[in-house]
Amino acid sequence: MTEKLLEGTKDPAPDSGYPQPPRRMGFFTDTSVCIGCKACEVACKEWNLIPDDGFSLLGMSYDNTGMLGADTWRHVAFIEQDRPLGRQNNAVALMPTGPSASAPNALMVAAGLGEEHGARLGTETGAIQLEPNTDGKPRQPVSADGRTELRWLMASDVCKHCTHAACLDVCPTGSLFRTEFGTVVVQEDICNGCGYCVPACPYGVIDQRKDDGRVWKCTLCYDRMSDGQEPACAKACPTESIQYGPLDELRERAAHRVARLHDAGVADARLYGADPDDGVGGTGAFFLLLDKPEVYGFPPDPVVTTRDLPAMWRHTLFAAVAVAATALAAFAGARR
Amino acid sequence: MAECHPVGFQWVMEAKARGATLIHIDPRLTRTGALADLHVPIRAGTDIALLGGLINYVLSNGLEFREYVVNYTNAATIINEEFKDTEDLDGLFSGWRDDTSSYSSDSWQYEGVRVASAAGKRQQGAKQAREAVEQRAYQRHATERGHEHGSHGAALEDLHKLRRDETLEHPRCVFQLLKRHYRRYTPEMVARICGIPEALFGQLARAVTENSNRNRTTAWAYAVGWTQHTVGVQYIRAASVLQLLLGNIGRPGGGILALRGHASIQGSTDIPTLYNLLPGYLPMPHPDSHGSLDEYVADDSAETGYWGNMRAYAVSLLKAYWGDAATADNDFCFDYLPRITGDHSTYQTVQAQLDGTCKGYFLNGQNPAVGSANARAQRLGMANLDWLVVRDFALIESATWWKDGPEIESGELRTEEIATEVFFLPAAAHTEKDGSFTNTQRMLQWHQKAVEPPGDARSDLWFWYHLGRRIRAKLAGSTNERDRPILDLNWHYSTSGPNSEPSAEEVLQEINGRRGDGSCLSTYEELTDDGSTACGCWIYCGSYAGGVNQTARRKPHTEQNWVAHEWGWAWPANRRLLYNRASADPQGRPWSERKAYVWWDAEKKKWTGHDVPDFQPTKPPDYRPPEGAKRQDALSGVDPFIMQADGKGWLYVPAGLSDGPLPTHYEPQESPVPNLLYGQQQNPARQLSRRRDVDPYQPSGDDRGSQVFPYVLTTYRLTEHHTAGGMSRWLPYLSELQPEMFCEVSPELAAAVGLDHLGWATIVTARSAIEARVLVTDRMVPVRVHDRIVHQVGLPYHWGRNGITTGDSANDLTHMSLDPDVHIQEVKALTCDIRPGRRPRGPDRRRLIAEYQQQAGLVAATGTAHRTTERHGEPA
Repeated sequence: MTEKLLEGTKDPAPDSGYPQPPRRMGFFTDTSVCIGCKACEVACKEWNLIPDDGFSLLGMSYDNTGMLGADTWRHVAFIEQDRPLGRQNNAVALMPTGPSASAPNALMVAAGLGEEHGARLGTETGAIQLEPNTDGKPRQPVSADGRTELRWLMASDVCKHCTHAACLDVCPTGSLFRTEFGTVVVQEDICNGCGYCVPACPYGVIDQRKDDGRVWKCTLCYDRMSDGQEPACAKACPTESIQYGPLDELRERAAHRVARLHDAGVADARLYGADPDDGVGGTGAFFLLLDKPEVYGFPPDPVVTTRDLPAMWRHTLFAAVAVAATALAAFAGARR
Repeated sequence: MAECHPVGFQWVMEAKARGATLIHIDPRLTRTGALADLHVPIRAGTDIALLGGLINYVLSNGLEFREYVVNYTNAATIINEEFKDTEDLDGLFSGWRDDTSSYSSDSWQYEGVRVASAAGKRQQGAKQAREAVEQRAYQRHATERGHEHGSHGAALEDLHKLRRDETLEHPRCVFQLLKRHYRRYTPEMVARICGIPEALFGQLARAVTENSNRNRTTAWAYAVGWTQHTVGVQYIRAASVLQLLLGNIGRPGGGILALRGHASIQGSTDIPTLYNLLPGYLPMPHPDSHGSLDEYVADDSAETGYWGNMRAYAVSLLKAYWGDAATADNDFCFDYLPRITGDHSTYQTVQAQLDGTCKGYFLNGQNPAVGSANARAQRLGMANLDWLVVRDFALIESATWWKDGPEIESGELRTEEIATEVFFLPAAAHTEKDGSFTNTQRMLQWHQKAVEPPGDARSDLWFWYHLGRRIRAKLAGSTNERDRPILDLNWHYSTSGPNSEPSAEEVLQEINGRRGDGSCLSTYEELTDDGSTACGCWIYCGSYAGGVNQTARRKPHTEQNWVAHEWGWAWPANRRLLYNRASADPQGRPWSERKAYVWWDAEKKKWTGHDVPDFQPTKPPDYRPPEGAKRQDALSGVDPFIMQADGKGWLYVPAGLSDGPLPTHYEPQESPVPNLLYGQQQNPARQLSRRRDVDPYQPSGDDRGSQVFPYVLTTYRLTEHHTAGGMSRWLPYLSELQPEMFCEVSPELAAAVGLDHLGWATIVTARSAIEARVLVTDRMVPVRVHDRIVHQVGLPYHWGRNGITTGDSANDLTHMSLDPDVHIQEVKALTCDIRPGRRPRGPDRRRLIAEYQQQAGLVAATGTAHRTTERHGEPA
């Protein structure tokens, strides 16, 4: 029984006690057609009445949001890379260029945000040492080679609505619940702000709002869904980068899209979160990415953080039994 | 396009999904480039050299769409013997006059045909003292000429005398003139001028030409990156020449698509907020030659083509304005119309403010203190007004410059010494009022009010209606003749609600037009010149056909054909594609099945197809006009461009433009390099401001001092903000997405100057100095131009000192040198210096600029020579 609760089948709604649920609904975010307009971010905030998330220039290309949080339920990442994209031709190799700015920029960003966060953006800055530039003199290029390629990736991130949702498992109040559509929603009037769910999320999605302590995240616009409408972000997306629908249909569509991109020479195109056998049982919101997940700030191999809980409890139980047995044995021995 | 028109870009993405190739030409790789198949970096301000290179590529390789070009364009037309090309005169056309710094277009005309030139012919009707006439004729000549034709080309007389050589071999036919004009626009030249490597140009040229034939069409989309230049109109002309040569006009998937900067900019030229036009592109009458309606119509209506019906459009407009007061006996109140006396465009108005002759100013949703070129001059102009009315959502910079503007900080202005009385009146947003938007496709879409405007905010309709009502109430009973135009106005709209909001639908009905019995007209072909119809804008006639608001239609595309006529309403006559006769061959058959759009149905003897044919519905392809035929009857069954007097697409423009019949590459007003094609550096006919004290120009090319401003500067918008910020910088959800003014530079420029990512930079021109955070990005690349590497600096222009997110204004740096045809500013290409660190505060800012000016050796004459004489000597 415990096994089933935590790892479950591939369809979470019936598991959660809905006898005849509607089809599982979700998002397919196709980043290959994202134009970075951020309409999803704005529509999400408008519909869900989310406060602003601060006004600072982050220097992460055109991304001034940074990451998902209590006040950001959609986040568009912008990644400038000196790499080619399929058959796209950006002519950089023909131009009188020097070294790329992306690595040194990532250092500046990291210095501002904390190295860990900067590195999370996937520019692989870990090995490069930050070189302070206090004298105002021109900075030496990190590499002497001229840049020859350029691509600009954009991706709209959101709560993954995992099949095996650790946040749900650890919530002591029942504030987090599984909807009939298979999505995961926080009820703000029940949340007591314990914060257990925050470290439980393998993606760092769910977050506490500083001023009230409660946690907030994407609801997949549960109110709109219940009314037969699509979520605000999908509605606002002009290029159908964000697609909403029954998850099985979306997965099928996504597989076709990947195949088409491969045919078009975009060899790195891949799905993220579409595999029901991954560490979270597949996600209700999955993505088509054009590079490794970590480039976009996604964990490469997410695992439901509560996966090992049954085993841990089992081991604890064994240990406890063993300790007790040992103790008993000791007492028994002492009597002899 | 993805950057500034993300909603429209969805269609580009859809085309891409169907296999279209997307090419992005831009100094920067923007969000459009991120999705494009090919990005072509270009030095800002050199697009005519590129387009000319493409034209030359087409012509020198014989890639033109021959049958289309011969039949549908004026390629075969023979030009006057006196015409001299820029190839003959080192960058000038014949007709240049040093005394007026403008062209006389007499020598540009078709052989055997008189093209009515605006100056000259019109003086025949002059009623005023000869001296005054000449004075104004000069003014018009210098500044107005191109504008006076409204939307149509010049009128032609004696059309049947026009000479054509359909073999296109005659040395003076347009086709041969084109070949000669562009023969030096080679790939090598494109590389040296634009910085586009030859291999890249080859890729572009092949992609465009291979995709333009019977089966395929290519579309060009542009925005203000093409228009905001001293040669802005000629940029679009260059694209027109290319598209006509390739047969890409009037066919599905072709065209030149103007992406507008606001939701209804198209609407504000159709029913204009422009000083020189009346609704429907009717020209504004002139005091010297337009004493009567007859004179006005005789002067401006083309005898041939659809403009021949201009009298019906004008009379119906006068009936809409003055209703029962307008009768045949009083010339339909033609005398009530204001007359145009000269150039009253934005930048002339600002200079008039500085001169003290313009005393009052209405700003309706406009923020010139941030958004107009040389924003400092704008603020100084406003400081010289008696009164200023600002209608906007929030206290924008144009409403508060008198207490917290940059000139207050620098000490140039002192609040207590500014006499301008400033009124701020809050405005309603589009969600708070009914109305229509006209988009770039000429499509009107109605929107309903969702919520009441808050507090004192009112719609523009409310403001102007009630202002007019109150003025009329004050004048009521007046016997003064000059008050008649206001008192006789047809100014009756029903109002409703607590604020007495006028009915926007009634306004649309008035625009659509009514018959004498009050019923709504269905098409502009019903308009008459006897006063029995009233119509506020003839091209919008039909938008309320049958008494139904056609613009409110929202039938899904799944329930109608792919042209989707029942979504909104497009002018004219709900046509979705203009000049679509060109989508069929001269015999009226589709050029190909794949590109079939409208065609001649020989059995039913009429034009038919997917769209409403833009042609007389029953005129057969073999119709040939009898001698002396007028209006549309003078055009043959082949001629698709029915608004032109000769029915042809104009590769060559014999009259109507102030700066030449063929697009020619000139360097911007301020450029780091000399013009490699001609001795003539800039557009000789460009319009310069009169005020060197507030609008100084920098040296260009190899002139002394030009190296003080060595970098190319270009301004632009970001998806997250809207123009001068009035609609975005006060909204937290948008402001947090782009929270600070920044400049974009390449890693190479950053290294050369010592700029740090996220550090500060100061950008300096002869006008001002501003500061911005630095974004170093691979998306900016240096270009190799001529014998040097040119770096470009990118600046978004959204910021000002008010709102949630604040910053210096890019337009403080820009100047007021203008395109001569439409008076648009050149903010897309100029020169600057950039240095690390923040700008000086207080009076030190002006001191820094003075230092720069001194270093560059700036004098009043710098950059003001119309005809370049120094570098290569006198033109031949």
